Amino acid sequence: MSSSSQTQHGGGFFAKHHILEKNPILLVLGILIMVAIGGLVEIVPLFYLKSTIETVQGMRPYTPLELAGRNIYLREGCYLCHSQMIRSLRDEVERYGHFSLAAESMYDHPFQWGSKRNGPDIARVGGKYTDSWHVAHLMNPRSVVPQSIMPSYRFLFDTPLDTREIAANVTTNREVGVPYTDEQVANIMADLKAQVNPDSPEAAALLKRYPKAVVRKFYPGSPEITEGDALIAYLQMLGTLVDFSQFDDKANLR
Amino acid sequence: MSTDPVQVDKVSGQTTTGHEWDGIRELNTPLPRWWLWIFYASIAFAFGYWIFYPSWPLASNFVPGVLGHTNRAAVLADVAFSNQVRKEMTADLQKATLQQIADSPKMLELALAQGKAAFGDNCSPCHGSGGQGQKGYPNLTAGRWLWGGTLDQIQTTITHGIRAPNDVDTRSSMMPAFGKDGILTAAQIQQVANYVRALDGLEPEQGVDLAAGKQIFADNCAACHGDDGKGNIDMGSANLTTKVWLYGNDINDLITTITYARNSTMPAWGQRLDPETIKSLAVYVHSLGGGK
Repeated sequence: MSSSSQTQHGGGFFAKHHILEKNPILLVLGILIMVAIGGLVEIVPLFYLKSTIETVQGMRPYTPLELAGRNIYLREGCYLCHSQMIRSLRDEVERYGHFSLAAESMYDHPFQWGSKRNGPDIARVGGKYTDSWHVAHLMNPRSVVPQSIMPSYRFLFDTPLDTREIAANVTTNREVGVPYTDEQVANIMADLKAQVNPDSPEAAALLKRYPKAVVRKFYPGSPEITEGDALIAYLQMLGTLVDFSQFDDKANLR
Repeated sequence: MSTDPVQVDKVSGQTTTGHEWDGIRELNTPLPRWWLWIFYASIAFAFGYWIFYPSWPLASNFVPGVLGHTNRAAVLADVAFSNQVRKEMTADLQKATLQQIADSPKMLELALAQGKAAFGDNCSPCHGSGGQGQKGYPNLTAGRWLWGGTLDQIQTTITHGIRAPNDVDTRSSMMPAFGKDGILTAAQIQQVANYVRALDGLEPEQGVDLAAGKQIFADNCAACHGDDGKGNIDMGSANLTTKVWLYGNDINDLITTITYARNSTMPAWGQRLDPETIKSLAVYVHSLGGGK
């Protein structure tokens, strides 16, 4: 291609594409630069634009038991069928409640927005059903929702919660930016046990450290803390932390 | 690759690009016109989009677009609009008492439609799609009510829930866990469980002292469930003589109930649903066949 007049692609700058086409390293560099521009334009503003990093009142790190339940949620792949993302559409808001805010997943590593809804969205399932309903539903979903296609998770209630890694899990979350206080870190195991012992003196301390935590023996059928207890503790908290009577919808229209 | 004059390929009749590798020439096969024009049109569309809708990020904000569209404003307007429409439709329901709604065919039709929709989303997971209930969740069609089955009583129950931890006006009463808390021995529980079955006309186990069971009942249970076991709606104590058993009438079910107590809960829907919806729900539940 010594002379551009011999091609149909015109001359000048565009005639030089063969330089990239014949040099794989240059081509890869070129692709990287193009993709990086797209990424920078779309992603970087989300880190500095005020309207996209709104903070809301009420968010707090997960209690140790909720965090353990969240890990079970991840382990069992609940996110494959349940989203935790109420979109800003009327039908969703009417069915599930206030649309989700980014800040509501600020302590999620990783977030559980999900993209599949074989089951309903559960971003605000906390408090909608009773503990005994959750137990019955997790044991045999068809017993309470005849048309359900959810598998049974009966084994969660026969399996004692493995508590060995919870402390490390809390500190790891702290490491990646979840603001657990020194006091919270010092009381991980006490808080874990207190959340299923509402009458214990530690329960009051737990509630002080983690406002709005649901403190109950979620599955009374077992004296131990089961995996089911942890999962229901997590579910009963979902979407309940932000007080939307205090949240001004119109303050940050975007 | 070397260059080579553009020529017409004999086999296909197409022109070549002028690229040539070891004697192999590349045919010039341009993108189809229709594809190319759609591509150009979508670029033109992007310019229009930038002008009308929120687009480019700037130093402290983003370009809002001349239409001023935002997702949040859109959904707030949508919800406000449908609430307005609904408010106009249910204006009568808001003013009327539950009895007036039940007596007016026009209002009743509306309340039943609204109640049915709200029931399907919020109540049927526990009470069943037809209100038939299941073990642990009351049947709403049987005419047997723990906390009363009049329109007003149903409305109160829905609004404040039962033993709802987040509502101070919730309906609450606590049956003691007679076995777990050491009030009665296992043998006494078996006796009183058999007596309770006998109250409902069920066959007691052989060799159980029913007279002792009756005495235990009088001492421990009658204060709430009544001397004759007919219960008391004011405290939500079950009528034990109706053949309707929330947790089963098997002897083992009854022993579990007396040993651990059930004290199940229902959420306070007043915190999730608006008053008109709860009115409609009350009328709907009342209509399921059990209303008093």
